[in-house]
Amino acid sequence: MKRVFIQHKSPPPDARKKVRRELSEASEVVPASDVSEYDWSRLPQELLLHIFQYLPLLDRAYASQVCRGWNQAFHMPELWRCFEFELNQPASSYLKATHPDLIKQIIKRHSNHLQYVSFKVDSSTESAEAACDILSQLVNCSLKTLGLISTARPSFMEVPKSHFISALTVVFVNSKSLSSLKIDDTPVDDPSLKVLVANNSDTLKLLKMSSCPHVSPAGILCVADQCHGLRELALNYHLLSDELLLALSSEKHVHLEHLRIDVVSENPGQHFHTIKKSSWDAMVRHSPKFNLVMYFFLYEDEFGPFFNEEIPVTHLYFGRSVSKEVLGRVGLHCPRLVELVVCANGLRPLDEELIRIAKHCTQLSAIGLGECEVSCSAFVEFVKMCGRRLSQLSIMEEVLIPDHKYSLDEIHWEVSKHLGRVWFPDMMPTW
Amino acid sequence: MAPNSIHWFRKGLRLHDNPALREAVRGAGTVRCVYFLDPWFAGSSNVGVNRWRFLLQCLEDLDANLRKLNSRLFVIRGQPANVFPRLFKEWKISRLTFEYDSEPFGKERDAAIKKLAMEAGVEVIVKISHTLYDLDKIIELNGGQPPLTYKRFQTLISRLDPPEMPVEPLSDTLMGCCVTPVSEDHGEKYGVPSLEELGFDTEGLPTAVWPGGETEALTRIERHLERKVKQSANFQRTNKRFQLYEIHLNLFLEMNANSLLASPTGLSPYLRFGCLSCRLFYFKLTDLYRKVKKNSSPPLSLYGQLLWREFFYTAATNNPRFDKMEGNPICVRIPWDKNPEALAKWAEARTGFPWIDAIMSQLRQEGWIHHLARHAVACFLTRGDLWISWEEGMKVFEELLLDADWSVNAGSWMWLSCSSFFQQFFHCYCPVGFGRRTDPNGDFIRRYLPILRGFPAKFIYDPWNAPESVQAAAKCIIGVHYPKPMVHHAEASRLNIERMKQIYQQLSRYRGLGLLASVPSTNGNGNGGMMSYSPGEQQPGTNNNNNNNNSHCKSRFNPAEAIFFFS
Repeated sequence: MKRVFIQHKSPPPDARKKVRRELSEASEVVPASDVSEYDWSRLPQELLLHIFQYLPLLDRAYASQVCRGWNQAFHMPELWRCFEFELNQPASSYLKATHPDLIKQIIKRHSNHLQYVSFKVDSSTESAEAACDILSQLVNCSLKTLGLISTARPSFMEVPKSHFISALTVVFVNSKSLSSLKIDDTPVDDPSLKVLVANNSDTLKLLKMSSCPHVSPAGILCVADQCHGLRELALNYHLLSDELLLALSSEKHVHLEHLRIDVVSENPGQHFHTIKKSSWDAMVRHSPKFNLVMYFFLYEDEFGPFFNEEIPVTHLYFGRSVSKEVLGRVGLHCPRLVELVVCANGLRPLDEELIRIAKHCTQLSAIGLGECEVSCSAFVEFVKMCGRRLSQLSIMEEVLIPDHKYSLDEIHWEVSKHLGRVWFPDMMPTW
Repeated sequence: MAPNSIHWFRKGLRLHDNPALREAVRGAGTVRCVYFLDPWFAGSSNVGVNRWRFLLQCLEDLDANLRKLNSRLFVIRGQPANVFPRLFKEWKISRLTFEYDSEPFGKERDAAIKKLAMEAGVEVIVKISHTLYDLDKIIELNGGQPPLTYKRFQTLISRLDPPEMPVEPLSDTLMGCCVTPVSEDHGEKYGVPSLEELGFDTEGLPTAVWPGGETEALTRIERHLERKVKQSANFQRTNKRFQLYEIHLNLFLEMNANSLLASPTGLSPYLRFGCLSCRLFYFKLTDLYRKVKKNSSPPLSLYGQLLWREFFYTAATNNPRFDKMEGNPICVRIPWDKNPEALAKWAEARTGFPWIDAIMSQLRQEGWIHHLARHAVACFLTRGDLWISWEEGMKVFEELLLDADWSVNAGSWMWLSCSSFFQQFFHCYCPVGFGRRTDPNGDFIRRYLPILRGFPAKFIYDPWNAPESVQAAAKCIIGVHYPKPMVHHAEASRLNIERMKQIYQQLSRYRGLGLLASVPSTNGNGNGGMMSYSPGEQQPGTNNNNNNNNSHCKSRFNPAEAIFFFS
């Protein structure tokens, strides 16, 4: 073992001041005359721990080089509860990666300390595989939270499924008290969910699994049936079923806090199933405060099954063009709506639809309109009706069409007046 | 002893409204106008043939106009720092004049030249005329920081004195006794080179859609204003408020298929090269407005095109890393994908999305695209579909786009990719729908992608959805004669919205569910609302590598991490 011995270096004045303050609060009172000769290597470990927790990893590492005592403190378990592994390849990312030697160290010395772990991978398969390799080695690990995050393209989907599943299973089996799991865009499947449930049903509170194509409605239903503490769930619409909603509303189940649903069209003209109003009603009865977040990425003509009956959605995002007619239905059937964001609508004014939304969606506090058209008068009317509850109003400048009552320059004063704060539409550079 | 002057042209390629040039001739014995052809044109050598041609045409025009005043343009190969000392001696120069360049690279270069000049006993006179205002004054008014929202910017300039009036163009009268010694072999030594001499193969090169030069610029501006008068006249008949509105440079209302095409009244490349003085444009707009609206005060939106340009110049002037993500204090660190193959498809108009490919084709062929077209392709490359860094897009625009100079190009790319300026990121331009709504018939597509001419309007924006019979009839099979779409837009936008949301939520520390609230709002001075929001840093205290702005480290790992590892 090659070791570099570094002289005691006097820490910077502010650190010294900090320690002095800490010292006076500690049970041991040191006479003032001794402070300047205080031996830094004898600083109590609890104090070191407290200080180190303020430092980013790099600074801590530098500190750990100062002396043996500080090096020991650096390796205290409490400092290794959280870690974010960043796995990037120079060919596919501009960002730096966690050093492989550091990773080895962590696995060797700290894997049983780790509790809150996330993996951020870039779009290369290599990075995702490296993440799986690390996961496979965390056999002494009892994780509380695990996040698998792809920062660009979903590279976990490129990893051979068996490799991914076996790595994930290691975590599920060893953890036994997993409370939060983020596995969006991964090849997780029904059998692995069963393993998750078998080991962690008492503790699982949060599960995010949008775009996991190998999971079936039955698979997720199994989770809902067994994990009664589940409070937050994110998945794709094809996994949603009446049974799932009923399971989440069963007496044994805690109140649900967030349900996030992504509705994504694979091919034009895709047909989507409907969810019964009674299932939604059951959800609301069971969890009156729950938030239902729905993101739609559909072609205009695929909205047939949606918004025909009352639905308790609170946050709605239309990521592609949505028709005037559908927005009209939203106004009628979404009384709990808090946020509405529309990417694009087209070239017919949404005056009536907006007024209707202002009237019926009494909880609405945020609205965003992209490529749409609204006449200035209708817009002012809308803002008047909503009043100060509108804390977010993001309207692209081109949306507002001046009419006989208001020009563009006048409208922002009117709107600001009703909002109770200075407001301007969003602008795009034109040069 | 009347001084011998050099006027140094960089931008500001005009004889009208050129206060620095006037200083060169004032009381001077001789004046020589020089232009250096150095590899640092516009900060890089990444310049396509359209831009070179435009520049050469500007220089030819300058030379022609100077000839009318018995003078000439001196085109000099080489770098100013190397050549100036020789010229100072040879021509016995005692005065050097040039137009102020606000860009960080320009300021550095000019400081070095000023030093050289001082050492040679040459008086240096610099005048502001590329921007409407003295940008340093705007920054000072904002407490030492450039405003980061356009609204804040507008508020600040409304507090400033109006821009200075344009000065008289150079004339025989102004020249007075000042002469330009021109040798017999001037053409050989100092003539404007041709494209061929610069190494371009011009065989088959179509004529320029945007001819360069001051003369062309001045013709265009008259046409531009005539058009505005006609439009306002039309609306006077219908509706008073619309008349007011139409004069505004809000292009969206006029947006139709024709707007996408190069307009004979378009001015942006001429403003960029300085063939057209922005102050002249400003005052002509003001005059026109006053004529039509009978002496009332024009709203700021009248000058939209000029003010956006000014905004980006102001934001960039003190930030040498304005065109980078790393180490740029105003730029959000987004984990863009590195994908040269995908980037090439976008740059070379092979994405398989006709709307995107037609725009990129027009850009490459002609050197200009409509601003909404820019939004569409920029969104597609970055936060919309390909998730590729805006810096890559900026480089492609730099090569191909006639009006893209350093500040405006970088600033716009950051804006459009939601990397700065507190932009909401929810509105994604659909590469199919947006085009279809702008030009339902698809004429623009057919013009720039002739291979798709045979497709009916119904399928021309998404030809991969056309039945085989339609493709066969159009003599264009998707996947064979024209590429298949390179991404699945719904899936890509779903992923990317999620990425943007994660990044912004981490930055703003927002824990709620709203999409809009993830983006921090600004406080009054447009400098960033939440104390903790600083786009150039991510949160401290996390075990996170990419915290440190180690922008100058070449290693892919944080080098200090290597110290950990003795075991």
